[in-house]
Amino acid sequence: MLKYILKRLSLLIPTLFGVITIVFFMIALSPGDPARVMLGERATAASIEKLRHELGLDKPLYVQYGLYLKRVVKLDLGKSIKSGQKVSEEIRDHLPATVELAIWAMIFSTSVGIFLGVLSATRKNSWIDFGSMAGALVGVSMPVFWLALVFIMIFSVKLDLFPTGGRMNIRYYFTSISGFYVLDGFITLFKSGDPKVLLSALHHLVLPAIALGTIPLAITARITRSSLLEVLNQDYIKTARSAGIKEKRVIYIYALKNALLPIITVVGLQVGMLMAGAILTETVFSWPGIGKWLYHAIEARDYPAVQGGIIFISITFVLINLLVDILYSVVNPKIRLS
Amino acid sequence: MNTEIKEIAIEEGSEKNSLFREAFFQLKDNKSAIIGFIIIVGFILMAFLAPWLTPFEPNSQDISIRKAPPFVSSHILGTDDLGRDLLTRIIYGSRISLVIGTISVGISLTFGIFIGLISGFYGGWVDRIVMRFIDIMLAIPYVLLTIVIVALLGPSLVNAMIAIGVSQIPQYARVVRASVLAEKENDYITAERSLGASNSELMFKSILPNSIAPIFVQATLGVGNAILSSAALSFLGLGAQPPTSEWGLMIASSREFVTSAWWIVTFPGVAVLLTVLGFNLLADGLRDVLDPRMKD
Repeated sequence: MLKYILKRLSLLIPTLFGVITIVFFMIALSPGDPARVMLGERATAASIEKLRHELGLDKPLYVQYGLYLKRVVKLDLGKSIKSGQKVSEEIRDHLPATVELAIWAMIFSTSVGIFLGVLSATRKNSWIDFGSMAGALVGVSMPVFWLALVFIMIFSVKLDLFPTGGRMNIRYYFTSISGFYVLDGFITLFKSGDPKVLLSALHHLVLPAIALGTIPLAITARITRSSLLEVLNQDYIKTARSAGIKEKRVIYIYALKNALLPIITVVGLQVGMLMAGAILTETVFSWPGIGKWLYHAIEARDYPAVQGGIIFISITFVLINLLVDILYSVVNPKIRLS
Repeated sequence: MNTEIKEIAIEEGSEKNSLFREAFFQLKDNKSAIIGFIIIVGFILMAFLAPWLTPFEPNSQDISIRKAPPFVSSHILGTDDLGRDLLTRIIYGSRISLVIGTISVGISLTFGIFIGLISGFYGGWVDRIVMRFIDIMLAIPYVLLTIVIVALLGPSLVNAMIAIGVSQIPQYARVVRASVLAEKENDYITAERSLGASNSELMFKSILPNSIAPIFVQATLGVGNAILSSAALSFLGLGAQPPTSEWGLMIASSREFVTSAWWIVTFPGVAVLLTVLGFNLLADGLRDVLDPRMKD
């Protein structure tokens, strides 16, 4: 077990190094001059040159790369051109909003996805199976941002059930303690007995979380169905059934436990997808997370911010995948033994 | 002896080919593949026959009929905020989406097949280096990679195609490599090699045609994905630029009308959904037919 984990960890370093290298060169070799972007159109050639010198952009590329690598190791991602703030601080400020949204999207997609998948597999070729699988296929074929707009149109504009965007009712004077508004809501509830913050946070989360969770839901439902169907065909299930064990127990205790393996992998992979998919959902719902922040950084050609943002998201993605792999090996001895 | 080996080689090779042909015949009985195929053919016909299908021009504006609702006038799906016929723009939009889908998949396929073949066939250090690089590329989430490439190249439809194509290469290379690894172990390859077939002959004439099935499924899925990605890029202002009648761009410019004109928001999205659904259905059907495990 430990050997497997060590092997996986040893592969982590070159991957992270590779990601940082690719992102650095992609941005460094792209057309456009960060110094010019920072100073604007009216800047003189002399002042641009001076700033290039200050930023180290006049040095040869390999020197810039070495310096960047040295800084990244110290978790210093540079300063944003737009705000002048440290990129790592900006990420820290925007991260909780995205993580909160992703967690709720994940809870929604995993619970409903597994439920629909089990329903389909246990009633194979029925209308329920056909309906939920057709729904899942429509789900993966849909543009997320369009779904988000349709949600706003129906549930916010027409039915007036949910807000069109943001994380909290703007009328509440509220300073976040943890960055996670739902958690803050619970803290306020316990401190002062006022549920307003909690309810408003949840209220604002519903539409974006469902919109962001739709594609993962569809994928989870499909993989649950196929994985469970495969397990249900195996001999030990037939034996359990012939021994007279109740069908519900056979499915939920015996079959689902083994069918969970591929589901874990897919759900794990979705965490990265959610972080990246957030760029669209957050833009539509004015959700002040990493996605929207990165989008504005790209729009403003804020190179250090874009560079830092992508490196951060990719590293998170790699680490989560590693965690999933290790988790997978814990539940599946075949993997770690091979 | 030599003729015997040759016969085995031919037999095994043709067996694979007939398996593939047989798969195509089986598609006829696969409902999802048929529905997907009909949807795709519908959109292809729409793209080709666009000028004959509608009396309007996609970019001609008539501000006297701005935001005309659907199903009430000669503008069946209504008009947008500049009085342009929505159905016409959607019809012409199918040209753009299908071209983007095909070209970007073409880019990923060309490079993906080449990289996957070399890596899978030669193995050893070539394979290790290529696979490491691919793993690193796959560590950057696909959506993000596409957005960044196009943002760096500058927002345009052509750059969007390049970005989508390039960021998908690692996935194709992986699929091709896996299939090449399985194929090159077959007896008929050993037989052909012993008959003096060169490496390039083995790679392009024997292994590639026989490992095409999963690549085909991936490419079909890829066209749908590319259409979704290009819509997303245009939505973020990084793809097609106004007044192009690209579906994603149409959705983006409809954002301010969610309160007043639902049709401007709804219909372009339905067009994206249907096209992508068509490709996904066809890919699902192809997978059922081409995957031997499903056949058993």
